[in-house]
Formats: sequence, C-alpha cells, structure tokens
Amino acid sequence: MDSTSEIRPNAPSARESSWSLWTRQTLAIMGLEIRKNFLSRRALLLYLIAGAPLVLLTMLALFPPDADEMANFSEFSQVYAVIYGALILRTLVFFGCAWVFMNLFRGEVVDRSLHYYFLSPVRREVLVVGKYLSGLIATVLLFGITTVGSMLILYFGLFPSESRVFFSNGAGAGQLLSYLGVTILACIGYGAVFLIVGLRFRNPIIPGLLLYGWEWINFLLPPLLKKISVIHYLQSLMPVSMSEGPFAVLVEPTPVWIAVPGLVLFTAVVLFLAGLQIRRMEISYAGE
Amino acid sequence: MTPVTTIPTSSATHITAASPNSMIVFEDVSKFYGDVLGINRVSLQIAPGITSLVGPNGSGKTTLMNLMTGLLKPTNGSISVLGISPNEPEALFQKLGYCSQFDSFPAGATAREFIEFYLRVHGFSKQETDELTQAALERVSLVEAADRKVSAFSKGMRQRVRLAQSIAHNPSVLVLDEPLNGLDPMARAEIIRLFRELADAGMYLIISSHILHEVDMMSDNVVLMHNGYVVAEGDVHGVRDEIDEHPIQILIRCDRPQALAARLFENEHTVEARIHTDRHGLFVKTRRPDDFYLLLNKVVTEQNLQVESVAPVDDDLNAVYQYLITSEGGQN
Repeated sequence: MDSTSEIRPNAPSARESSWSLWTRQTLAIMGLEIRKNFLSRRALLLYLIAGAPLVLLTMLALFPPDADEMANFSEFSQVYAVIYGALILRTLVFFGCAWVFMNLFRGEVVDRSLHYYFLSPVRREVLVVGKYLSGLIATVLLFGITTVGSMLILYFGLFPSESRVFFSNGAGAGQLLSYLGVTILACIGYGAVFLIVGLRFRNPIIPGLLLYGWEWINFLLPPLLKKISVIHYLQSLMPVSMSEGPFAVLVEPTPVWIAVPGLVLFTAVVLFLAGLQIRRMEISYAGE
Repeated sequence: MTPVTTIPTSSATHITAASPNSMIVFEDVSKFYGDVLGINRVSLQIAPGITSLVGPNGSGKTTLMNLMTGLLKPTNGSISVLGISPNEPEALFQKLGYCSQFDSFPAGATAREFIEFYLRVHGFSKQETDELTQAALERVSLVEAADRKVSAFSKGMRQRVRLAQSIAHNPSVLVLDEPLNGLDPMARAEIIRLFRELADAGMYLIISSHILHEVDMMSDNVVLMHNGYVVAEGDVHGVRDEIDEHPIQILIRCDRPQALAARLFENEHTVEARIHTDRHGLFVKTRRPDDFYLLLNKVVTEQNLQVESVAPVDDDLNAVYQYLITSEGGQN
C-alpha cells in the first residue's frame, strides 16, 4: 500500500472543523438511517400504523352514520379532539414512535449490523444524534400527514360546506396547526424516551408497555406525578381540551411557554443520557 | 495447563525495543462475561506484520479482537493501539479497520453502496468516497459485481465485501476475524497475497484463523490461545524450538532405514526411531536436532546410504498447536 496516496478526511484541528466533521457525519448517518426507516421491512408496520386512521376516517366519510346519530358541526371539534387525543396521539403516535426509535439501536443489534457504526471514527454521541434525527424525520413526516389528513378527511367528508368556512375564516386552520405542533412535539419527546429504552433494555417491549400504561393513567395521577410524563405537556397544548371523565384529577394546564421548552429540555436531557449510555455499550450479539 | 506460557523469541526482543505508540499493547487484560471467562491476564505486544491468533472455538480470539476495537470493554487491564485507547473511536478508527465475522449488511445495499455508506460516516467527501470505494473493490477483485445487491452474493463474495469495507479507508492496523472463511482456493490465495502485500508495506494485520497451514504460511508471528489464556506467542519456528519437552520429529527417506536406525541410537538425544510403513523411510525423534544432523551426515558417509530427502515433519504450527493445546505430538 502506498501511504503517500492515502486519502483521509481533514483532521479536526480546531473546534470549528470538529463541528464541521460532526455535521458531515451526522448527515451521512441520517442519509443511511432515513433510507432504512422508509424502505426497510420494518417500515411496513410504520406505514400501517400511520395509514390506519386515514383509511378508517375515509371509510367514515364515505359511509357516514345517520344524521340523528351524528354530532352537529358546532360540537364536532370536541369529537375530533377525542379522536386525535385517544386514537392518534396516545396510541398511534405513541406506538409508531416506539417502533421507530426503539429499533434505531435495538433493531441493529438484532440484525447484527450495529458494529459497522461502532467501527467508524465517529463519536458515539454523534451517532445518537444522527439516528435520533432520522427517526424524527420519519415519524414527523408520517404522523404529520396522519394528523393533517385525518382532520381534513373527517371535516370535509362529513361537513363539506361548513368546513370550507371553518378552515378559511374560522378556527380550523389554527386548530390544524396546533394539532400538527402537538404531533411534532410528541415525536420529539416520545422519540427520545424510546431511543434510550431501546439502548438500555434487551427486550424493550415491557418497558414500552409500562410507559404506555403510565401515559394512559396520567389523568388519575396526583398533580406532581402528572408532570413526570410526556402526555401531560402535550395535553396542555391541545387546541380543544378533551374531557378525561369523572375520575380525572384536574390540574391547571401547563402554559405553552413552559410546556414547549420543557419538552425540548427534557428531550435534550434524555439524549444526553443516551450519549452516556452508548459510550459504555458493548457489542457481542450473543443471545440476540 | 500453565496459565500463561509466554515464549521469548527473537521477534519478541525486537518488539520490546519499539515505542509503545508504534505497537498494539495489551497489559494484563481480562474480560469476564458475568462469571464466564473470556480472556484472562493477557499481556501482548504486537508489532507490524501478520500476527495470527490461533485457538479452538471459545479460546478467546474474537474477544481479544473485540477488546482491541472497543466493541467490548475490558474487565481489567488496559489496551493501546498505536498509542490510542479503544475508548476513543473517533481517533482509533482513522487508523484501524476491522473485518468481523458478523455476516450482515444493510437491506438492499449493493457492495459499492455498502462501502460508500460507511466511508461517508467517516467524514470523507463524495469524491474521496468514490475513489476509495473503487480502490477497495479493485483490491478484493470485486469491481464487476460491485453494483449487485450483497444479499445475492455467495458467502465468499460477502466476505470480500466486508474485507473491502474494512480496508477502504487505508488503515494502518487491520483486524480480521476468520477472513478466509467461505473463500474458494483461488480467492484464498489472492487474499493471502493481499495480506502479505499490506504487511510488507508496514501494516499491522491481526488475523484469527482455524486453518493452520495457511496461518503457518502467511504469519510473521502467532499467538496461541486456549481457554482464554495466551499459551505461546512469537515466530512459529521459534515457538517450536522452545518446546523442549517435545522432541522434533524428522523423516529421512533412504534405501536402508534399519541400518540407519541402529546407528542413530548412538546419539543420546535420539528419543525414538520408527521405520516408515513403506520401509523406505525412518521417523526419528530427537531433542537436539543440530547434533542429530551432524551424526546423520557421518552415518550416511560411513554406510554409503542413498538418501532421498531429510525433512522435519512437525516443525509447523499444527504440531505446535497440538503439543500445546492437546498435549499430543504431531504424527504424520
């Protein structure tokens, strides 16, 4: 081998060049991971989860219930809030994020391919960031389409003329953007949680289900415990509040200026912990 | 078995004189998987050239390689690869490439894409990536198949893709876990030639293998492992010479083996003489081969024997391995 003809990347000699190298590496990791997130066999379940409400609500719009069984338009934002909160946010976005983010590392351990990253000259924290961002892009894109699509299909399918006014001159567009924002924040928050769960646990399904239970019983928890959850902050951001039933422990919603930065800060802390976790991680693939 | 029997050789002397920053150094390294021993108290210094790790399954070869590359963390001790700790992947893998045994690839990737993916992760530009990928594919003779999906490749071709990926960034240290597995004889010869070229250019190649005669043929040094311990290290013939308790076996092809046998027992270091089944050869075991050869010359002249060939039959890695690991001398 002729050492004089070797091509090496620019050594990061200064702080700026380190950042430049890390950015290039992050983008390279994202390129590969986004391809996996959208084109691998595992992506099929994600498409199913994200597409299910669109199919169901299209069916509902095509075959609407009798007029006397259906809520009138003035109450319809409440109906959609329940559909969004219970079906889309708490179930589909939750499990979709669990599937994508837990598999970012756990899936590669199962496939016995994580070592290729660990054998590259890349800081493991950069790997966490690259993988997390790729998962975020996949989930935000798919569940963003689910959120916008489901609302438009339901409104325009059942109340076409009222919806035209509602979205052009009424509160519709604002609500749509708020739901989209909640979906994005849910992907950010749940994504970080499931990424570290996938890193920490060999079988992440059980902690995932425990987390699901914790998020579902949030309405029953005392005020202090409510705050140790992602759903509490997301609910504070919902454009239409959803009734949680007679047994719910009522608390003041967290203001937007605390909920949004709080979730982002929480995500940063979890990613930092994931960075510490991955630096200690070993690969043997034994028993996987 | 003695826990660690490190046999000094001339190459080991050379190793000691070198700077630790130009060596791969294991200092008293142990690795336990819970209660299960991976390797125990391994101290090694590896110089440039081809160093082969030899031992049965479970002897600790892959553990040693995974520790060197940071995929595993040692329970005790420290490791340094050219002065870099395996805990610093961003520095280490500028200099090190590892072709592991794990036969897995990203779904749907072609050989070229697979190599390109990870070169981009290194931080290479598009143009550098293209050039390095092409060079690596050429080195393993995989250019024609480069744009086919890896999933459709034979085991040997996949092995070559992994090898190309591990050498693509021109590392100084190449760690290869069973790199000849699945290769046909032609490909084996080609890859061994490549290893030799890389070693001659000053690279460090650490290779694990079960195929002893190939290890024997290509290695500058060997590390024999058993049950997590290093039982011997050094140059193959040097290691063999140091095994005093096991006499060297020599086969002499000649016309009158009985007459030769009778005279050879005059030498006190001749342990055994056995006539070959075809009655045209004599196996002799001796503890002092130099004295033996002098005596042989004398006997051949005196008795006017017709000697066709004289060759040691167990001065190879297989015999060393058998002696050290199974306590049975090579019997050819």
